[in-house]
Amino acid sequence: MRFQPIDQFAAGLPADKRASVYQSTKTTHEKRTKLLFDQFTDPNRLRQLAGEIKQHALENLDTYLPKVEAKLKANGAQVHWASTGEAACQKVLEIMQARGATKMVKSKTMVSEEIELAKFLKPHGIEALETDLGEFIIQIDDDHPSHIVRPIIHKNRREIAQSFEREGLGAYNDDPETITRRARHFLRHKYLAADVGLTGANFVSAESGRIVLVTNEGNSRFCLAATKVHIALIGIEKIVPRDRDLGLLLNLLGRSGTAQDLTVYTEFINGPKSTAQPDGPEEMHVIFLDNGRTDVLASDCREILRCIRCGACLNVCPVYRQASGHAYRSVYPGPVGAVLSPLLMGGKFAQKADLPKASSLCGACHEVCPVNIPIPDLLLRLRNRAKEENVPSPGTPPMGAWALMASQPTAWKAALLGGKLLDYVPTKLIPVPALQAWSAQRALPAWRGGEFRKWMKQRKR
Amino acid sequence: MLNSERSPLKGKRVQLMATCLCDAFYDDVAAATVEVLEHLGVEVVFPEGQTCCGQPAFNGGDWIASRKVVRHTVQTFAGEDPVVVPSGSCAAMLFHGAGLEFENEPDAPAVAALGRRTWELADYLVNGLGVKTWSGRYEATIAFHRSCHSRGTKSSEAALTLLQAVPGVRLVEFGEGEQCCGFGGTFSVSFPNISAAMGNLKLDHVRAAQPDVFVSGDMSCMMHLGGLAAKEGKPIKTQHLAQVLRDALKGGAR
Repeated sequence: MRFQPIDQFAAGLPADKRASVYQSTKTTHEKRTKLLFDQFTDPNRLRQLAGEIKQHALENLDTYLPKVEAKLKANGAQVHWASTGEAACQKVLEIMQARGATKMVKSKTMVSEEIELAKFLKPHGIEALETDLGEFIIQIDDDHPSHIVRPIIHKNRREIAQSFEREGLGAYNDDPETITRRARHFLRHKYLAADVGLTGANFVSAESGRIVLVTNEGNSRFCLAATKVHIALIGIEKIVPRDRDLGLLLNLLGRSGTAQDLTVYTEFINGPKSTAQPDGPEEMHVIFLDNGRTDVLASDCREILRCIRCGACLNVCPVYRQASGHAYRSVYPGPVGAVLSPLLMGGKFAQKADLPKASSLCGACHEVCPVNIPIPDLLLRLRNRAKEENVPSPGTPPMGAWALMASQPTAWKAALLGGKLLDYVPTKLIPVPALQAWSAQRALPAWRGGEFRKWMKQRKR
Repeated sequence: MLNSERSPLKGKRVQLMATCLCDAFYDDVAAATVEVLEHLGVEVVFPEGQTCCGQPAFNGGDWIASRKVVRHTVQTFAGEDPVVVPSGSCAAMLFHGAGLEFENEPDAPAVAALGRRTWELADYLVNGLGVKTWSGRYEATIAFHRSCHSRGTKSSEAALTLLQAVPGVRLVEFGEGEQCCGFGGTFSVSFPNISAAMGNLKLDHVRAAQPDVFVSGDMSCMMHLGGLAAKEGKPIKTQHLAQVLRDALKGGAR
């Protein structure tokens, strides 16, 4: 392979897909910026504060996790700990089998995608149905999400209409309202028939044990309306210290993610149904998942765990806009995914060590991040780690000889003169891959090596 | 954001870091930088042993190779005098990037000290020397590209202050000004398709604004964008900010 996998993927991406990803991300990014700067005098200070709160929570997880466990138990929930994805899948299966449950409706859980829960449950005769419209479409197409908050950003309505027709959800019709109505009709029956509602969490307050869920479709509420058991599958990094921290974080999440003041629905779940409440799940299980997170916490890239999954870094990223989400081969694409996905691979880091290379290091991701994650610095640290672990990196020029030259002025000056060769020998005859890659797309300026030094000397005399 | 905190200025003598790109391709940009600084009464010293800031290997992930070059740079630019660089990217390497790769190294303090007295040119002129006006004349419509390594620093605002001060200059805005040009150092050769696509998008926006000259404080962005335009057979006129300032002093055309 001559170039990086993500570059190859982008080169093969159909123009219409690129155009729809580009339009959608650009529009959301511009609305986000306008909203934040119109409504707040200093949104950057808010981003920094939110980052400090999340960082504090991460650095004190050892005290917050036992605290949140005690609160959840006091609220009537059962708490389980899963160190791996398999352990979490197994726990879900155990809870369902113990109750003879076979039907699950899911909402708002990227973690279940991360641990491939639906795939795990299927051979056990359990249907785990996605209820977010985008995720539902992904599921019937046996596809993968390509954006953190817009899983189907890569699909157009004609493709969706074809999928609905194929699945027996009505004759071909690509009117978005019709598509939505058909999905709603289909899902309403599923909500009523389900035994278990599975959700994730956007935040968990250590102070109260409250679980916070945000959606725009209200599907998480439906998931918990008719089911008897609620399972919340939550990454351990979702803890925030206090309820009052949610004011800031929710305000930033809606604006950063979808350019909304707040999402349409914000739920605070304080345990299973109480005797005073007419409906809702009678049992609530919270499964806290590690799956590599404590290793990330121990690494020099721990700031990435602050992420609140808003997708703003994807929307602004020029590489994401060109390559789309599937290029990242991971549940978490874009700049945040380029850091998080290789880290979550643990010992198999090398398999995704190319992701941190997919950045011009322009820093736009850091500038928009609602929790102020220095993503470019983390990408650089991971590039260094890949080099230290000798992971091959197609297209990256070797730097050893350059470093020798650039640390010896005599060698450097000789190279400045030698470069003149570029003006006389056609570039195609010079077997330097980086030069070839450069010249395939761009002209090289005339070589002027050493001219400035000459000028500087002459005028001093 | 980038840390551009630095030591207070004493005196008007600086060390010029010409950058490897000016050393190899853009000698006139380095010369213009010298002429602009000298016009303002600044004494410019050019340490002969200089090579490169170390960024190519730093971005490529080879921090051992990069640190070797940074150590050489620290030695070359010894002393207390400020280091002025006609590039936001190389400046940021010294005041931010180098700090990152020297975090666990014994000589981190020396690297940090160099970072604190390193200035991007426009930032030095406006925020260091307090230049707010410019003499001479330069008749042109200019589109200014904010290079990415100046994010979070005062460089882009400083460059715009200077351009606005040049009699005859008309500044034009263009679409998606906050987006990267697609150069990205080694990124440009290991992701050539994405890099070129980003560059062409930038060129479309810039051409739509119809400037006479496309100006930046970083020749790396200009090398990429100018190179794309030239290869396509539709060259655009690119200049460094220092060239505009120098040409204004000389009366406009050059």
